[in-house]
Amino acid sequence: MTTRGYNIDEEAVRQAKGSWFRIREQFIRVLRKNPNLLIGLIVLIFFSILCGAAQFWERIDPLMLDPDDRIQGPSWKHWFGTDNAGRDIYSRTLHGGRVSLMVGFFVAIFTTAVGMVIGLISGYTPKLDMIIQRVMDAIMSFPTLLLALALVAMLGSSLWNVIGVITFVDTPRMVRIVRATVLSLREQMYIDAARAIGAPTWRILFVHLAPNTMAPVLVQATYIFALAILTEASLSFLGLGIPPENPSWGNILALGRTFLQQAFWISFFPGLLLTINVLAMNLVGDGLRDAFDPKLSRST
Amino acid sequence: MWKYIVRRSLLAVPVLFAVSIISFSIMQLAPGDPAAILMGGEYIAIASQEEIDEIRSALGVDVPPHIQYLNWISGFFVGEIGTSIFTGISVSTMVSERIEATVTIVFYGIFVSIFLGLPMGILAGWKMNTWIDRSVMIFAVLGFAIPGFWLALNLIYVMCVKLGWFPVFGFRSMFTDGPIQFLKYSTLPAMTLAVAFMALIARMTRSSLVEVLGEDYIRTARAKGLKETLMLRRHALKPAFMPVITVIGLIFAAAVTGTVVTESVFAIPGMGRLFVKAVGDRDYPVIQGLMMIFATAYVFLNLIIDILYAYLDPRIRYS
Repeated sequence: MTTRGYNIDEEAVRQAKGSWFRIREQFIRVLRKNPNLLIGLIVLIFFSILCGAAQFWERIDPLMLDPDDRIQGPSWKHWFGTDNAGRDIYSRTLHGGRVSLMVGFFVAIFTTAVGMVIGLISGYTPKLDMIIQRVMDAIMSFPTLLLALALVAMLGSSLWNVIGVITFVDTPRMVRIVRATVLSLREQMYIDAARAIGAPTWRILFVHLAPNTMAPVLVQATYIFALAILTEASLSFLGLGIPPENPSWGNILALGRTFLQQAFWISFFPGLLLTINVLAMNLVGDGLRDAFDPKLSRST
Repeated sequence: MWKYIVRRSLLAVPVLFAVSIISFSIMQLAPGDPAAILMGGEYIAIASQEEIDEIRSALGVDVPPHIQYLNWISGFFVGEIGTSIFTGISVSTMVSERIEATVTIVFYGIFVSIFLGLPMGILAGWKMNTWIDRSVMIFAVLGFAIPGFWLALNLIYVMCVKLGWFPVFGFRSMFTDGPIQFLKYSTLPAMTLAVAFMALIARMTRSSLVEVLGEDYIRTARAKGLKETLMLRRHALKPAFMPVITVIGLIFAAAVTGTVVTESVFAIPGMGRLFVKAVGDRDYPVIQGLMMIFATAYVFLNLIIDILYAYLDPRIRYS
């Protein structure tokens, strides 16, 4: 590009504008190529705001009992209808979404943190790898929900216990991904170089290897987010998740099951929001995977 | 081949050991004394020490944990998995009464998902980027996201409450009540299980077929004028099914999680519901026994799938 006789190197301009600009530019290019990712992100942001700040757009206190309005269908006053105690399902669904999304969010964060540490160590040190992998295999041999149910029953059901238990049962999925990535990176020249100049193991693990596992970890964290929300909903649905006084999508659904014949709306709306959010997260996960690994995007 | 089978089987031993340790430790995690659970919290305060000791020795919890573990695990080799704290019925009896419902519904569901999922995936992969492909993929993405219990509730509301086509809940045995009764009671639960698996199988089949269709030998087959259907049948489908086998294996494991929820929604007397009830009652021996059974079944299933895979694809045996 030539302007007024000067030669402008576009690459140099981009360099000068800083890395943040480059990341933003790349991000926009990825979104343009992958509309599903964009849709998923928009839906997730929308529901995070809607449920996260539920007290601003709730219309009626989610805990308020109104015996006169028991089992009312959707109306202008109660958008999603009311339950057997006359509580407003719309407000309860928003507040329930906050709890459910929070569980998913924290489980994603915790499994990432724990899974990264275990996965890095397991992938880099063959001696520990054998033991760690057998333990992970054992945890994964239990059907997720069964293990979670048993643990919650033993530890007692509270919000943080549920988050802890789901983190425990989902961590092996993260470990597996991190380990596989580390195994493929371990023989790279830059790791050899780091070792040759005497870098300590922790530095090789967390400074040199960890940043390069970020792409698959981010994709896996998105899937775990979706999975954790489903597991929490299943636990609460079976009456062993979040205690009923605290609405969550799962325990509103559990109540709706009892009154299904008279009031389908109690279970319909929270379930719909749950499905939409899980769908959006899967779209984001698929979109990120395709963006990070364009080779895959042709086939799946 | 035999070398591979032995090597792969030996790998399952430490996993099974770890599985048994986890199943056993869960009981140790629980706060309080199993005797207190059996007697009720209030009664334990006024019970004499002899009475408590008697119950503890009857439950086998009066010895150190490692002895308890050995007693418990040795029972598995002679088929004694423990007895329920509350009913005194042995876990093996409880399981044998309930295994039929779980297994028949799981097989019914998986059969439906393979029977519908495979053709969907083949069609979508073969007619890539057409409207057929798009609709199959939309179904696959949707089907995978819908939680089983919500789907079950909607199915019950539409099919049972509004249309009255199926009974709302319960179970009829295929063998004692006849296949028609079985189908009437089990179709909705099986469908609930099948939708997510169908989506998964369709998606996996599609992506693997698309990959195979890009190979050079397929181009050769097309170039020499082979009819499309013949090309699919002779050259494309067999290699495309390889990854699908692994997915079907994973599905059996996921089906167990699915049955826990499905059996609860449809009130089916199966192993999943037994587990939920045991968890609610804190009936430790039943919880431990069932966890061990489910996990062992999963480990063996994985073993069989890996061996089958190695049998079909010789490259794996020598790696």
